Amino acid sequence: MSTTSTVRSAASVAAGEAAAPIIELRNVSKRFSKKLDFAGKIAQKLGAPVKDETVHAVDGVDLVVRKGEVVGLVGESGCGKSTLGRMVAGIMPASGGEIFWHGRPLNSLSGAEARHAKLQTQMIFQDPYASLNPRMRVADIVGEAPLVHGLTRRAEWDAYVDNQMRRAGLDPAFKRRYPHQFSGGQRQRIGIARALAVQPEFIVCDEAVAALDVSIQAQILNLFMELRQELNLTYLFISHDLGVVEHLSDRVVIMYLGRVVEEAPAEEIFARANHPYTQALLAEVPRIEARKKSFAGIKGEIPSPLAPPPGCHFHPRCPHAFDRCRVERPALKEIAPGHKSACHLNDKVA
Amino acid sequence: MSASTASPAATTPARAPKVETPWRRFVSEFCESKLALAGLIVFAIIVFIAIFAPWLSPQNPYDLAQLDIMDGRLEPGARDGADTMTYWLGTDDQGRDMLSGIMYGLRISLLVGAGSAIIACAVGASLGLLAAYAGGRTDTVIMRLVDLQLSFPTILAALMILAFLGKGIFNVVIALVIVEWAYYARTVRGTALVERRREYIEAAQCLALPTRRVIFRHLLPNCLPPLIVVATMQIARAIALEATLSFLGLGVPITEPSLGLLISNGYEYMLSGKYWISFYPGIALLITIVSINLVGDQMRDVLNPRLKK
Repeated sequence: MSTTSTVRSAASVAAGEAAAPIIELRNVSKRFSKKLDFAGKIAQKLGAPVKDETVHAVDGVDLVVRKGEVVGLVGESGCGKSTLGRMVAGIMPASGGEIFWHGRPLNSLSGAEARHAKLQTQMIFQDPYASLNPRMRVADIVGEAPLVHGLTRRAEWDAYVDNQMRRAGLDPAFKRRYPHQFSGGQRQRIGIARALAVQPEFIVCDEAVAALDVSIQAQILNLFMELRQELNLTYLFISHDLGVVEHLSDRVVIMYLGRVVEEAPAEEIFARANHPYTQALLAEVPRIEARKKSFAGIKGEIPSPLAPPPGCHFHPRCPHAFDRCRVERPALKEIAPGHKSACHLNDKVA
Repeated sequence: MSASTASPAATTPARAPKVETPWRRFVSEFCESKLALAGLIVFAIIVFIAIFAPWLSPQNPYDLAQLDIMDGRLEPGARDGADTMTYWLGTDDQGRDMLSGIMYGLRISLLVGAGSAIIACAVGASLGLLAAYAGGRTDTVIMRLVDLQLSFPTILAALMILAFLGKGIFNVVIALVIVEWAYYARTVRGTALVERRREYIEAAQCLALPTRRVIFRHLLPNCLPPLIVVATMQIARAIALEATLSFLGLGVPITEPSLGLLISNGYEYMLSGKYWISFYPGIALLITIVSINLVGDQMRDVLNPRLKK
């Protein structure tokens, strides 16, 4: 892993703070609602305790990703990080707030521009088995979109596909095969080749290595970092694994139940975590020096997003919770340069 | 395909002789049932007879010049008046050779059955895919239409449509398409609803592929197995339905009889001992439908992952 950390420090210097944002989310929300059907409406009229169910999967998130950066997005499963990634990648529309693409609102772009923006943001999926069409050959999986979008022509198509496969570390000799003839790691490489084939500048990795063996994880992570240097890519790296994120990211964003609770440069967050949730997460990262330690886990379950607790979402599980946490939603405030946290404790100290 | 991929690549397993492709697995699993294999062979023979009927049949039953009304209602095995040919399955009241009539009738029956099944499949599958992919109001409208369609007894609906359109092969096909598309739509929608939530569909959307392409190139091929099963069963159903309509006198024109019409022609002689005019076309119809159903049953078993051991 030493190679990846040197790559990171070099790139973070290059990226700097001044780089223009590729994508910016302002107060973006995603609600999933289940409307009552006809029978439900009648039951409601008769006084049954049923109502429309709404899940705030993502609740007023602000996020900026700058050119050349690797941003790690961390949270427990069910906290809305995958939903956020899908909105960034343009697969899902946001139900509130605005997404800016190179400073322009995404939903104001015209047809051709919108398609260009969509192509420039690609996604690597979690499940390398479900994310490849089982009825298509590798060559078609990788080469379909470039052909449709005119990035290559029929005559040059074979060579183009070979190049994409080689870049993702796949032998082009396998291109006539079907996905089920590959192992998990190779399948993830096919997914990477498919994403890179449309020449994106921004890649959203949704738990891209979570389904792989640890040894394969390292290979794929190294591939991501090599590609970053080679192609000047920007990443949004979604993971529940702080250890993975620590090695890759310039900046880390921590989410809890649809909201961002803390955001800071990677070194900062691992050295001086501010939010009690982040501290709890960090305390549970397995480390060799803490071999004898017994892991306590964060007390309690993640609350149901159908009925999130009022105030700070984390207060039922927070060891430092006080009255204000139960009523008022904490704002994300800057507590040090580049370090933001959403916790009422910061006001108490000051 | 193994030949093209067996290249100098170091990691290629040493010349794997048979790569297990989905198609090969399907064929070997299909052949596990001898009964289904027999059904497939019989069906192939029937298709062969139907296609080459003009060259195989002893007589052209549509050519009035070849018919002799004096040969009407001859028993199976009788010689014709001029003593040039044998009526192996007897003749009908027009003096037509039943064997030739059955061969030509198979042509019409299979054409109508397969034709209507293919068109109904195309229409139904497209609407089913659209319903599943678009969801919301489109889904509701299409699926309520399906419910409405399925709530009519099939034969009644077909009779009403034919009464409106009139006789004729083409009109029968239209009627069969109208009464059968709903089965395909419902089947495809069910599968497509599961498949469209899989990540490869999201990946295709992320690659900004046109919606039509996502539906027909990505979603449809993954919904095919249940569709093939339904299509096979529906061919048999369509043939039976066409025979019923023709029997009732609303199907194909009397000059180009299908199996159903042949049965209908001989029906009035059943009780007067001239059984063969209805009996042999009936046997031909039975064999055709049973063979298709045997094939369809085995396909359902092979293509349904839940039945896999």
